[in-house]
Amino acid sequence: MTRKIILTVLLFVPGLLSAAGGTSLLYTTPHINETDRAAIQRGARIFVNYCLTCHSAEYMRYKRVADDLGISEDIMKKNLMFASDKIHEGMVVAIEADDARRWFGVLPPDLSVIARARTREWLYNYFMTFYRDDKSPVGVNNATFPGVAMPNVLWELQGWQEPVYEVHTNAEGEEERTIVGMKLIEPGKQTAKEFKQTIRDLVTFMVYMAEPAELERHRLGFWVLAFLFVLLMISYALKREYWRDVH
Amino acid sequence: MSDDGLDLRRRRFLTATTVAVGGLGATFAAVPFVGSLLPSQKAKALGAPVQIDIGKIEPGALHRDEWRGKLVMVVRRTRQNLEDLVALEDELLDPASEREQQPEYARNSYRSIRDEYLVMIGLCTHLGCAPTYRPEVAPDDLGPEWKGGFYCPCHGSRFDLAGRVYKSVPAPANMEVPPYRYLSDTLIEVGVGPEDA
Amino acid sequence: MIHAILNKMVAVPVSLLAWVDRRFPITKMWNEHLAHYYVPKNFNFWYFFGSLALVVLAIQIITGIFLTMNYKPSAAEAFASVEFIMRDVNYGWLIRYMHSTGASAFFIVVYLHMFRGLMYGSYKQPRELLWILGMLIYMTLMAEAFLGYLLPWGQMSFWGAQVIVSLFEAMPFGIGLPLAEWIRGDFTISDATLNRFFAYHVIAVPLALLALVAAHIIALHEVGPNNPDGIDINDNQDDDGVPLDGIPFHPYYTVKDIVGVVVFLIFFFSVVFYAPEMGGWFLEHNNFLPADPLKTPEHIAPLWYFTPFYSILRAFTYPFLGIDAKLWGVLAMGFSQLLFFFLPWLDRSPVRSIRYRGPYFRYALYSFVLAFLVLGYLGVKSPSETDLFLFNNTVWAQIFTVVYFAFFLLMPWYTKMDNDEDRPLPARVTG
Repeated sequence: MTRKIILTVLLFVPGLLSAAGGTSLLYTTPHINETDRAAIQRGARIFVNYCLTCHSAEYMRYKRVADDLGISEDIMKKNLMFASDKIHEGMVVAIEADDARRWFGVLPPDLSVIARARTREWLYNYFMTFYRDDKSPVGVNNATFPGVAMPNVLWELQGWQEPVYEVHTNAEGEEERTIVGMKLIEPGKQTAKEFKQTIRDLVTFMVYMAEPAELERHRLGFWVLAFLFVLLMISYALKREYWRDVH
Repeated sequence: MSDDGLDLRRRRFLTATTVAVGGLGATFAAVPFVGSLLPSQKAKALGAPVQIDIGKIEPGALHRDEWRGKLVMVVRRTRQNLEDLVALEDELLDPASEREQQPEYARNSYRSIRDEYLVMIGLCTHLGCAPTYRPEVAPDDLGPEWKGGFYCPCHGSRFDLAGRVYKSVPAPANMEVPPYRYLSDTLIEVGVGPEDA
Repeated sequence: MIHAILNKMVAVPVSLLAWVDRRFPITKMWNEHLAHYYVPKNFNFWYFFGSLALVVLAIQIITGIFLTMNYKPSAAEAFASVEFIMRDVNYGWLIRYMHSTGASAFFIVVYLHMFRGLMYGSYKQPRELLWILGMLIYMTLMAEAFLGYLLPWGQMSFWGAQVIVSLFEAMPFGIGLPLAEWIRGDFTISDATLNRFFAYHVIAVPLALLALVAAHIIALHEVGPNNPDGIDINDNQDDDGVPLDGIPFHPYYTVKDIVGVVVFLIFFFSVVFYAPEMGGWFLEHNNFLPADPLKTPEHIAPLWYFTPFYSILRAFTYPFLGIDAKLWGVLAMGFSQLLFFFLPWLDRSPVRSIRYRGPYFRYALYSFVLAFLVLGYLGVKSPSETDLFLFNNTVWAQIFTVVYFAFFLLMPWYTKMDNDEDRPLPARVTG
């Protein structure tokens, strides 16, 4: 019996490993706690100030953010919204689609669920690995997303970085350079430590935004499972009582 | 199988407990499904308060607007209208607005915050048709006693210019006054009362 | 007085029942299918999965009904309507996660149920039709899952459907391309495809599924269930014709199955509430990007329950006998499922349960399960990479495809070689 249960559990094991193979990441993600309301609120501010000028998050209603963070509509309006935004509506963007295509070559994607598509690890690494690249047409490149059309909008805070390369010989005997790290060449307004915190807050907000129900999900899940364990004990006692006839 | 030591009471107790707790679980399980049928956040967003500019309404005229998908009627009543309203009271079912068809701040003889402007949900309290605005006095079809008001074409219910229902018509109650407040002399907001702001 | 009232309280339901019984055989059905339905007393862990499949079916139908109330089957609105359900509908996220987790749970339960059948020879005489009906349910379920996966209209929805529908283009004699266009209703996966897949997913296929499940249960109750010993409990009956090793389904297995259902729900809701994406296995990351017909994701893999067959499809890389590799792959994938239907006749052993069968069948079954799992694993990986040792994924997929087919095609020989007729069977059920 025990052996069979173990066999069944083993069938679940692949689920514990990730199905998606990703790009290799330079940094590991610091722990992101998507239920940390203070971090979400700081992240929301960064998101509104730096991201929302070009990207929308149309499925995320301002009202929902205010309710989930436990802040009043007035504070929400004052701190996190532009005058033209409506509290009940989604985080839409003023930029015209045609302008965006002309400026960036692509339409900046909607970011409502981007954290679920890209994963939090990827987002953190993406924000951390912008670097100055004279070969790129925009002068900027990204080690996590090579050739990305987006400029480094956070350069004022971060400053400028340069990649650290490692040279090695590949199987065909050719020399290859791979990026193994980043080096700050021009400091920004924030120290490296502060900037890390900024990015962590931003990613926390984006993870929250991708699934606002997560806050409720964990809370409700506890009660559902607690109830099921009680029901398990009762129904198991009932089963044992009846099966005394059989054994 | 053997009947030795068969404890029927224990068996019945455990069966009843399982059924009761399982039934409780089934009831809880119904909550999200039943709850999902309530208005969504989007419906609530669309049901957000609306602002109506009342400055351009002529005396005696009706302005129509929409709040939560329902017709909102704003009538600018004349002095004569207001005098007629007081005279009509004997013919009305609930002249003093005793049924709660209006917020507390609109529970007065004119059923409004400011006497001049009537703000009302434009739906008949009988079966939800939209009554027509009939401001003219003593028209042929409504009889010589008519002082202006609302007439429902579906089942013939009559209301006065404060939305109060006449006696002996199918509608059981006065028309509903929504929560609203004045943002300025010419701008009202429907959906929020003065005390909520 | 009180006595009279109490008597009345009992008498009314009894006479009501009699009234109904004269018009509808409710007591008769209760007895035939539950109270006097005698089943072997030695069911083990593996016998939970039939009733669990019914539970998952109920979950899928109920959550599905509520999802259709807010879902919009159009290319322009589908993705947004799913996010609308996830955010704006009260408890919409819970209903959606139950449905998406339910899809995977359905396959986990059904695969374990099928494995039970393989272990204990439940497909053998007289249960051949029961097995075939079960296989039809499984095939219908795959169609249902495939159709439903298009509905969120994410990148994986779109490109998964694109790849699978393109398989039909491999059909020979010039019917391939028109057939694929007929399925899509367009030259590519489009609004028209989404709209018709929605209709199939919510009405057509579920109706077929329910009819097949009913037939499966009727057939089961006609022949009676097998058991882990694979012997017939009706060979030993008492004077009233009640099998000595049989117990009435109700109350014994109803109370036992309730425990099974509660344990299942604990696993199920742990996923729903704490890991609805299951690390990308139940909800793929790329499906959170809206469908873009102009941009294929770098890596396309179907959901895990299809991947063994997807691996078989990809394992064919050379043309052979004048047939190109694509058609071979499609044919092999079709055969890999068709062969299950012939199992009752491929297996030549007179013994049902693996407990009393020879080593050849045992090792063949273990190798088959291993092949199924490895093919499933390889199906989510890129074919050119090396995720296992020694060879790249395609070579491993080819090796295990051979193992998979050998299990079926060599069965008439190795099941004979076991000489199971010489092995002793117990007279009564054990355990």
